[in-house]
Amino acid sequence: MTIYIQILVMAVVTYLVRAVPLIFLKNGIQSRFIRSFLHYVPYVTLSVMTFPAIISASGNSQAGLIGFAVAVLVALVKGSLPLVAFCCCLSVYLAQLVL
Amino acid sequence: MMESRNLKELARGMAGGLPIALGYAAVSFSLGILMRNAGLDPVHGLIMSLLNNTSAGEAAALGIIASGGGYIELALSQLVINLRYALMAAALSLHLSSTLSLPRRALVGFDITDEVFALLVSQPRPVSEFYAYGIALVTIPCWAAGSALGIIFGDILPSSLVSALSVALYAMFVAVVIPPARRQWRILVLVIVSMAASWLVDSVMTSGVKTIVLTVAISALAALVWPVEEL
Repeated sequence: MTIYIQILVMAVVTYLVRAVPLIFLKNGIQSRFIRSFLHYVPYVTLSVMTFPAIISASGNSQAGLIGFAVAVLVALVKGSLPLVAFCCCLSVYLAQLVL
Repeated sequence: MMESRNLKELARGMAGGLPIALGYAAVSFSLGILMRNAGLDPVHGLIMSLLNNTSAGEAAALGIIASGGGYIELALSQLVINLRYALMAAALSLHLSSTLSLPRRALVGFDITDEVFALLVSQPRPVSEFYAYGIALVTIPCWAAGSALGIIFGDILPSSLVSALSVALYAMFVAVVIPPARRQWRILVLVIVSMAASWLVDSVMTSGVKTIVLTVAISALAALVWPVEEL
């Protein structure tokens, strides 16, 4: 039962974040500070969530470190999302076999 | 009876949303693997993704749920992580017809994601609400089904494969932040500082609190030091 309340809490907050500005901010956001803040949020939050979680996610931290390095390298060379994910998973899988 | 013009916009939205929906299935499958690791069953995953449509928000929630975090932590994490949708919603508001009623704006607001927003604002103004509904009709089911499938496959695939797939969503996050970081040195600094800070405080905060505190602190600092003129 708890899980359904948790999902509901998430859904209500996430919905309000999307719907309230759409309904009430008919002139967009005027404050430069708020706009700049919101502009930077995704880069910060995704970076915080990714590292070091990606290292421990597979349960093998050496393989995780290799996977992270591979993901960064592939993203630097060619930014395509499916390719980065595939190469990262493959490198972790292979590293697990060897290490 | 729906007007034929509206029906046409609905169909156009579904066609435009299809490539996004296919991409979502893959991301959501990766999320499903993490859901399975956090102990969710396919029905939980289906409902969570049906109602939330947010990869980062849902992934953060899994950490909080798995560690037994409270509702406040859960709610705050969703508020902070999904704040970027507020920016998009405010911008999108200018692209909708100014006569669009409040309940209909409330309906359009249910499905604002990075990709859906990009597609909506690329359309001639005012964008039809039915175009938005069309996109939602194909992207939301794919997003929800992907999560459920990730959980189901997480249970049947060999554990060595599941552990390798557990890094997929994080790899996708890397693929999202690295290309802009390569083009803009400020984003690069921001990514490095964020990762370093996250690593430094990893042992003293739960994943949810850490994501909330660091996101607010570092983004606010960046906004003070490097305000963005044109958005």
